[in-house]
Amino acid sequence: MNTSNNEPREERPHITVHDLTMAYGSHVVMQNLSFSIQRGEIFVVMGGSGCGKSTLMKVMIGLKYPQKGQVYYGDVNFWESDQALRNRVLRNIGILYQRGALWSSMTIGENVALPLEEYTDLSPSRISEIVSFKLSLVGLAGFEEYYPAEISGGMAKRAALARAMALDPEILFFDEPSSGLDPVSARLLDDLILELRESLQTTVVVVSHDLESIFAIADNTVFLDAETRTMIASGNPKTLLAETRDPKVRRFLTRGKPDIRKNREREKDTYCPENE
Amino acid sequence: MNNLSERQAAPGIMNFDRPVPDIFRIHLGGVWEIGQQLPSAGQVQELIAADPRIRRIVFDSTALEGWDSALIIFLTKIIESGTKAGIAVERTGLPSGVQRLFCLASTVREPGGMTSHATREPLLARIGERTLGSLRASAGVLDFIGEATLAFFRLLGATARFRWADLGLTIQECGPGALPIVSLISALVGIIVAFVGIVQLRVFGAEVYIADVVGIAMAREMGALMTAIIMMGRTGAAFAAQLGTMEVNEEIDAFRTLGISPMEFLVMPRILALVLMMPLLCIYSDIVGILGGALIGIGMFDLSVTQYYDQTIQALTLTQLSIGIVKSAVFGVLIALSGCYYGIHCGRSASAVGNAATSAVVTGIVLIVVTDGIFAVITNALWI
Ligand SMILES: Nc1ncnc2c1ncn2[C@@H]1O[C@H](COP(=O)(O)OP(=O)(O)OP(=O)(O)O)[C@@H](O)[C@H]1O
Ligand SMILES: [Mg+2]
Repeated sequence: MNTSNNEPREERPHITVHDLTMAYGSHVVMQNLSFSIQRGEIFVVMGGSGCGKSTLMKVMIGLKYPQKGQVYYGDVNFWESDQALRNRVLRNIGILYQRGALWSSMTIGENVALPLEEYTDLSPSRISEIVSFKLSLVGLAGFEEYYPAEISGGMAKRAALARAMALDPEILFFDEPSSGLDPVSARLLDDLILELRESLQTTVVVVSHDLESIFAIADNTVFLDAETRTMIASGNPKTLLAETRDPKVRRFLTRGKPDIRKNREREKDTYCPENE
Repeated sequence: MNNLSERQAAPGIMNFDRPVPDIFRIHLGGVWEIGQQLPSAGQVQELIAADPRIRRIVFDSTALEGWDSALIIFLTKIIESGTKAGIAVERTGLPSGVQRLFCLASTVREPGGMTSHATREPLLARIGERTLGSLRASAGVLDFIGEATLAFFRLLGATARFRWADLGLTIQECGPGALPIVSLISALVGIIVAFVGIVQLRVFGAEVYIADVVGIAMAREMGALMTAIIMMGRTGAAFAAQLGTMEVNEEIDAFRTLGISPMEFLVMPRILALVLMMPLLCIYSDIVGILGGALIGIGMFDLSVTQYYDQTIQALTLTQLSIGIVKSAVFGVLIALSGCYYGIHCGRSASAVGNAATSAVVTGIVLIVVTDGIFAVITNALWI
């Protein structure tokens, strides 16, 4: 998005994860993860519940030390840089947390405004214009004065999204953006993500379970598997669905449908106590 | 309704037969529901254990009229003991609903690895873990204090970032908001000290010195100590709970990733507020305590108001007062630090916030009393 930044950066992946292992104490969550994310790409991290997607995000955004391995932003080795450089990298990253994580002592408007106040020297009136615009992008125009406790879960999620986008960051991390949203809002969110990529060349990293949205937006994915504790597939989801041999990936991408259908048919002609 | 009465009439029953010697067949009949008199799995387990020829267990549920989790639990026991004894348990004869539930129960499973929590490690390993754990924890405390100090210097250098509105709110909350409880406790402490003292002084006919006793006790010790303990329970616990909840909600993570130091943004205003408010509360507490003492001296023993007033003024030196005030400022730092430390290091579970508040109060009170002791020793050594 920085037009001044015309070095031949484009060659290099925007984010590179190299041989990453993450653990809580002695409990290894995921090991040997390696993948890279191109500039302007929409990258989806998929996997079953509890397999470590949020943890991966935490390691990538500097909240949790990796046990082993590196995360690169451009050519910056994130975990080996000093705090100042890390903050500079983070300055260009917007994050939507799984549970929103709005600051509860501030109004929605103040939540969205704080990043702007911290990192820009815009005038208060200019900031409040931007805040209104960002809130209207997520369908929350006019909710500036509400506190996070006074709005619904889905609304809080959207407000948090507005906060993540406040600084027009180069990279957006979304942890399950569509959870807690109705189908229409979820769809609008997908459009918004695509729009951000088109207009601002934002790189978007999404943690998601939502198949429909994965197929609609993802350029590239990795699939994390809890049993083997590593990534077992990566690539474009449509290609993946067409080509993968792995039953786990296939089951995930088809919502395990074939199996269930078989079961259902079998049920019909067997005993069912309620029918008696 | 008809159905219901029928069911009650037919409780769960169980029969066995052996179509061939190595097959054990269980006939299930009637209604197997929770709250009914049902056959026990133990009976089956005994029968199976008694006959080593059995290789397979099969079920016949054609006479079964109804079931719920009671049947599932019964079957689980049989399947478990069968598997242990190396006997195949065939579920095909069971109602399809039961089979599906079993299927579901065996596929929906959290990824392995978490079981490692349950295994008990050898004693030495556990001692080692604990020791390393507490070392890490002390390093964490030092880290926290160091960071707080740095943040304080940044504040002095006016580069610290926090919202002055937050400071105002916190001051409002922990200053004026605490007046009622501080008044009550201080007055009572003054009254108690006066009572205890005057009874002793009376023996010597020196009741008038009660003004000295109350004045010095409040100014030097009780004012600062009582406000500190009240504020620890009131504000320190509130800090721990507020920051703990923010930690649970990932709000603190959101500050960190924005490059805003929670230390500057959240901890500094709280420390500042308490350091500013504690001395004022302490002075207030001194005054209320002395008034409480006067109530006893003047009201119940016949000292005159002027007598009591003069005596108090004479006894209270600036040194006495300032010892209390300095202590209260130090206590303010301790309260804010322990509240914020436990808040920020709160875990993510539901009970974590409660634990954080409890630990903050316990640690804080211990720190306060120990520090008070240290002050006593130092002032004594300096002949103040
Ligand atoms: N703070 C923690 N301490 C210890 N273990 C943790 C902690 N947070 C998560 N875990 C464990 O790490 C694993 C991965 O958790 P994570 O939150 O990354 O899962 P996830 O893939 O985001 O799941 P979901 O899709 O349900 O959000 C889980 O097994 C979880 O029990
Ligand atoms: Mg998650």
